[in-house]
Amino acid sequence: MADGVKPRVKAPRTASAGEVVTIKTLISHPMESGQRKDGSGNPIPRSIINRFTCAFNGQMVVDVTLEPAISTNPYFEFEAKIPEAGTLQFTWYDDDGSVYEDSKPIEIS
Amino acid sequence: MKTTILAAAALVLGAQAALAGGPDDDTLTINEDIAIVTRTDAPAHLENLDTIYSGWHFRDDDTQAMEMDDFDNPGMIFVDMAIDAWSAPEGSEGKSCADCHNDPESMAGVRAGYPKWSEEGGEVRTLQMQMNACRTERMGAEPWKYDAGAAINMEALLSSVSRGMPVNVATDGPAGETWERGREIYYTRYGLLELSCANCHEQNFGNYIRADHLSQGQVNGFPTYRLKNAKLNGMHSRFKGCVRDTRAETFAPGSAEFVALELYVTSRGNGLSVEGPSVRN
Amino acid sequence: MDLTRRETLGACGAAALLAMLPAPALARTTDDWIAEFTGGADMAEGGLDLTAPEIAENGNTVPIEVGAPGASEILVLATGNPTPGVVKFTFGPLAGSQRASTRIRLAGTQDVIAIAKLADGSFARASTTVKVTIGGCGG
Repeated sequence: MADGVKPRVKAPRTASAGEVVTIKTLISHPMESGQRKDGSGNPIPRSIINRFTCAFNGQMVVDVTLEPAISTNPYFEFEAKIPEAGTLQFTWYDDDGSVYEDSKPIEIS
Repeated sequence: MKTTILAAAALVLGAQAALAGGPDDDTLTINEDIAIVTRTDAPAHLENLDTIYSGWHFRDDDTQAMEMDDFDNPGMIFVDMAIDAWSAPEGSEGKSCADCHNDPESMAGVRAGYPKWSEEGGEVRTLQMQMNACRTERMGAEPWKYDAGAAINMEALLSSVSRGMPVNVATDGPAGETWERGREIYYTRYGLLELSCANCHEQNFGNYIRADHLSQGQVNGFPTYRLKNAKLNGMHSRFKGCVRDTRAETFAPGSAEFVALELYVTSRGNGLSVEGPSVRN
Repeated sequence: MDLTRRETLGACGAAALLAMLPAPALARTTDDWIAEFTGGADMAEGGLDLTAPEIAENGNTVPIEVGAPGASEILVLATGNPTPGVVKFTFGPLAGSQRASTRIRLAGTQDVIAIAKLADGSFARASTTVKVTIGGCGG
């Protein structure tokens, strides 16, 4: 796991069956684009989160392919439809092979 | 006579500021819950301004919106990291911050009074200096480097639990000498460009310097997450950049000059709410 | 070892030539991205929202939003960046809507393009110009 990568997700704890809810996700990551050069003029190699997915009870909500133009500490806001009680699963995939995860349970009110 | 001319010039420039794209009229509530005072009467010691404004008022709507929800604000990821560090034992004594200070919420109000005179230290201390005193003297841990990651994250956590409370630092008493020195630095012209803090932030707030919309240079929102470098920035780092931009030899974060300046600049915002971690350009 | 200006310029020139050689094979242009996404199909204007500021507060972090009702995918390109690809959203069965917001880096003033693959397999396109300034004494 790259150093100090920390997700931060906003999701409601409850929803009515079939409700559309707003999800906000942040994760700390430098998103090294591959365009920068170090002090000696050598290019710093690209190292980014290249994919983010959100699924609910195994069904896909959104699947995002990230390129280096996504800002440091990637942010995504989107909507999810909640048919039943279950768990939102968030997964971020790093160029270096690391996988970061977070999950939020949702109950039906 | 000279002061009157300067004051008159300042008034004219100030009036122009409102027209030239000065502070906007929006109001700030964070998480639909914490009301932030972002404009109020200038404190009595501040002779050249009637109203003080948080830097929030000088940013565009999108940037302002980023601060309104703790899940939009990237600075809060780093507050989360500090929450972890708060409970992690460190140093020879095997203690964490939590062992003495309970939970971070109980620190509400602390940030609002810093920098302040420390009896035990015989000096004016910034929040980072006090944290390092705790680390070295009570935890037996290494001090954090000034404005470096761990220190800035913790300063952001302590600021976040004081949001909405009025900034209120003492300008007299044992802190008075340091405050006077800070005021002198604020009004001193530095560098090849011969600019003082006041030239931009008191006489020209609301105007543009090239493409930057000048604020009053208030620090109630620090540490601040800057879009420019996508990380939390501390006050001393910002002071250092500003002085460097006048093409002067700048001072170091943690230096006596910047401690004094931090006390003085913080006092110019007495009455605004603690707002950190804020989001700025 | 001290280099004369002539030697330094010569070395830099040679290095620049060498650096340029493999690049064309790797760089995907905006047109390449579009062709790969649409397969060469026509793109209708409209049916797709793209929201970005007229003037970016700072080019390093620019908030954008895209949305296209019923779309399966939306691709965003920054035509003036060193590499145009920005992000591709694929919406699944539990997407509450086909909208998403994110924050992107723009290297300079340029057109940002969004292309949506709609429910019927056709494509829609929207474009907006974002001005990116170099600040004053941003420190």
